[in-house]
Amino acid sequence: MQVTDDRINAIDIRNAVKRYGDFTALKTISLSIRDNEFFTLLGPSGCGKTTLLRMIAGFEDVTEGEIFLFGDEIEKLPPNRRPINTVFQNYALFPMMTILDNVAFGLEMKGESKAAARKRAGEMLELVQLSQFSSRKPSQLSGGQQQRVALARALAPSPKVLLLDEPLSALDLKLRQAMRFELKELQRETGITFIFVTHDQEEALTMSDRIAVMSAGELQQLGDARDIYERPSNMFVADFIGETNLLEVEVDAVEAGRAQVHLGGGHQLSVDAVEGVGKGAKVHMSVRPERLYLSEGAEGPESLAGTVRANMFVGTDIQTLLDLDGGVQISVRSSNSERGNKRVFEPGQIAHINMEQGAARLLAD
Amino acid sequence: MGRRFDIKHVPGFLPVTILCLVVLYAPLLVVTIYSLNDSNSITNWEGVSLRWYADVFTGPEAEKFKLAAWNSFTIAIIAATVSTSIATLAATAMVRGGRFRLRTVSFGLISMPLMVPEIVTAVATLIFFNSIGFTRGYSSILLAHIAFCIPFAYMPIAARMQGIEDSYEQAALDLYATKRQAFTRILLPMMVPGIISGYLLAFIISLDDFIITNFVKGAGIETLPTAIFGSVKQGIKPNIMAISTMLLALSILMVTISYFVSKSDKKT
Ligand SMILES: Nc1ncnc2c1ncn2[C@@H]1O[C@H](COP(=O)(O)OP(=O)(O)OP(=O)(O)O)[C@@H](O)[C@H]1O
Ligand SMILES: [Mg+2]
Repeated sequence: MQVTDDRINAIDIRNAVKRYGDFTALKTISLSIRDNEFFTLLGPSGCGKTTLLRMIAGFEDVTEGEIFLFGDEIEKLPPNRRPINTVFQNYALFPMMTILDNVAFGLEMKGESKAAARKRAGEMLELVQLSQFSSRKPSQLSGGQQQRVALARALAPSPKVLLLDEPLSALDLKLRQAMRFELKELQRETGITFIFVTHDQEEALTMSDRIAVMSAGELQQLGDARDIYERPSNMFVADFIGETNLLEVEVDAVEAGRAQVHLGGGHQLSVDAVEGVGKGAKVHMSVRPERLYLSEGAEGPESLAGTVRANMFVGTDIQTLLDLDGGVQISVRSSNSERGNKRVFEPGQIAHINMEQGAARLLAD
Repeated sequence: MGRRFDIKHVPGFLPVTILCLVVLYAPLLVVTIYSLNDSNSITNWEGVSLRWYADVFTGPEAEKFKLAAWNSFTIAIIAATVSTSIATLAATAMVRGGRFRLRTVSFGLISMPLMVPEIVTAVATLIFFNSIGFTRGYSSILLAHIAFCIPFAYMPIAARMQGIEDSYEQAALDLYATKRQAFTRILLPMMVPGIISGYLLAFIISLDDFIITNFVKGAGIETLPTAIFGSVKQGIKPNIMAISTMLLALSILMVTISYFVSKSDKKT
């Protein structure tokens, strides 16, 4: 089928299911990835990220459902007939070929002349700053350089979509951070849609235009980094992304977009209401530790008093653990700087916990 | 915990090691040295000479050995080529064919001949040729050699293939290669070291085979091993040592090639 829409999606996954025998690896996934987007699939190990990526690439059959590439149905095409290329986790550079031949391979297979393929391969190597290595073999390059060759090789045939399965996981921390930036730049320069798989949330948050959080074969939340970090839609996302305080609350009233709730110890709070959470509901509330701050006295009616249990030094921050009435524990992070860190409370002292505006978020499940 | 266990400090380690090396290499050394003996006797040393090497090519038995060598080498080359090709296809199918039901059984069937006593294979092959009325001669030797060389060629190729991850083939497919191109352009070149090892192994095994050859060869045709055995039955002469030494040199050459092939492969 052909959709005529100028904002046509790069990839449309409609009700895709993947089963291996009795085991369902993906449960009815529907997902649209926009053109020219840096899209990330994020989730814990075994949640089905690689499976979904391999279905898009064509290495894995789709048990049920359809996949569209710019409006064309592709799920039955073999991988070599899909204008989609992959950067493999182990790079899979062809060891007996030179770097230049590796990069030229896709173009040659697409039917370009050897000369044209090599010319374009040379340009791609320039783009990833590896021109001087073009006659080397892959084993003569460092991991980071191999990574860039794999990128150049996958980009050389100008695919409509580039798939990257944890491409940075084999690199050391410093290089990984540098490559994040480089990947993002490359995506912007080429204008190609990137679908990036990772289980590293920091990677996902820093690089992506949009993120799909997955767990156990299901899509949990779709949104940009801020949405996912600040407005998690459920317990899984709140807990998986970043660090958070998950507090059990009971809803007393919902009115004009605000919900009145109380904690186990009876403390009253007012937070933004969310859909599906009504009066009487017992749900969880997520509050990021860095959006809380401590003060000596109560700064308002919603300040909570707690006893400091311990302080932890985490480099950029100081993390304080406090015990509240009713056995509730809360963690508060304050920046380790002259300005941010107004006062450090010692264990045993009473401190008041204050919430920034909009810091607390009710979770539907 | 005491010191880390070190085999080198076990009492008797050194003498046992030396004994093993002597047992392994002394006979080869003796044959090599005495092949250079300038004497008609095989036990009395009378100085260095190459006369027995010359004798192999020009002496009374030269014609017999030349013919036997021709048979041996042509059979070894053809048998190694054919069995390596079959083994390559078999390994590709087995390793890349996914998990089909009879995979383990197939693997066992290919590798079992390695464990069957050679005399049993020899008798069985002979009975088989007789029962189908196959005339014994050059072609019966060749067929038998192709057959028993397949598992030898298969082992190094399959081992090599197992080390090649699926992702190379997938990367080729991903980059618009057809299945055939992925095989010829990517998989096959990556398998080459295994194929060379398999080929050399099959070649040496074929060149060296005595038992099966002796059973299936029929009268009037000899390969080097059967010809050597025939001569030795009439008493060991120094020219036998010269031939043996040349065969030994050939084996060493092949092992060396095999070593450098696998070493150069590690570098790529
Ligand atoms: N060929 C297969 N047969 C059976 N089950 C499979 C197969 N491949 C994957 N699975 C299962 O499907 C689930 C999803 O696997 P997948 O490789 O997609 O996970 P992932 O999210 O990529 O994890 P990771 O972060 O560890 O790479 C896992 O539970 C895995 O065991
Ligand atoms: Mg994975």
